[in-house]
Amino acid sequence: MWKFLIPVAAFVALAVLFALGLNPKRDIHALPSPLIGKPAPAFDLTDVMDPSRHVDNTALKGQVYVLNVWGTWCFECRAEHDELLAIARQHVVPLIGLDYMDQREKAQQWLTQLGNPYQGVGFDTDGRTAINWGVYGAPETYLVDGRGQILYKFISPITPDVWEREFLPRISAAQRSGT
Amino acid sequence: MIRRRLLVAALVLATAAGSALGASDPTVDVYGQIENHALQSRYDHITQDLRCLVCQNESIADSNVELASDLRRQVREMLIAGKSDDDIFQYMTDRYGEFVRFNPPLTPKTWLIWGAPFIMVAVGAIVIIRIARHRARLPVDDEPASETK
Repeated sequence: MWKFLIPVAAFVALAVLFALGLNPKRDIHALPSPLIGKPAPAFDLTDVMDPSRHVDNTALKGQVYVLNVWGTWCFECRAEHDELLAIARQHVVPLIGLDYMDQREKAQQWLTQLGNPYQGVGFDTDGRTAINWGVYGAPETYLVDGRGQILYKFISPITPDVWEREFLPRISAAQRSGT
Repeated sequence: MIRRRLLVAALVLATAAGSALGASDPTVDVYGQIENHALQSRYDHITQDLRCLVCQNESIADSNVELASDLRRQVREMLIAGKSDDDIFQYMTDRYGEFVRFNPPLTPKTWLIWGAPFIMVAVGAIVIIRIARHRARLPVDDEPASETK
């Protein structure tokens, strides 16, 4: 009897493996970040809109914030921009931008034309801040808690559904435990 | 006829030599080679073992995307600053995870990757031995059953 069960078990195991692997909702290029649960790397960059201003994430310690990595070269960043504007209007959490591999003039034009959802946008001229955060593309969005630890990373454009399902519960939990 | 064959052979050889030369060309970096030869060879080795996360099947030594160039700069700076190879790999895996290495170290998390070939060979060997033993126990019968009818 057990001899017949072996091929059946092998079939079921393969079917499960393929179902997981071929799931169309799964982004095959999305990698888990080893930085989850680790302190968020510090950065102190000039602001894209105003080079005399600094965007410094150590000043944000004690509050939950969202860091969104984007660039004007990034097609999908355009797709999520409206959602970022909607998120900013909710006033739930400060939204910090990290402008990655970009030109300042283009970025300024982008934010002036489309609207600026960010409390501040760090201008990562040489990609060093991005390396520290383990960024390998855009858009990428990080959630940092009040102790300055990375709680969550999302790769791909943020949609209203993703924001409600993945971000909002984590944000309210982090804000509750922080106070 | 012979002459034509020689010509074809010469062309094939020339193409092969050309592509071999092209493949061994080091990645052209804006910074050029590191002056210290020992450092340069460690640099070549490290950058070939680090995965470019944008084009995930290329190493950062082979890739032209900006992230790969940023990571090469990081490797170069760390080498010149006197960091060890392990320090550099640790720095990269701390930020990008084990996936960044083409040659992941043997850890409890990766033993299956390293062990899978041996497990498969062992399973195959068990299957072959069982079949062989089963056949050895069968009566010797040279005439196939279907043809005796």
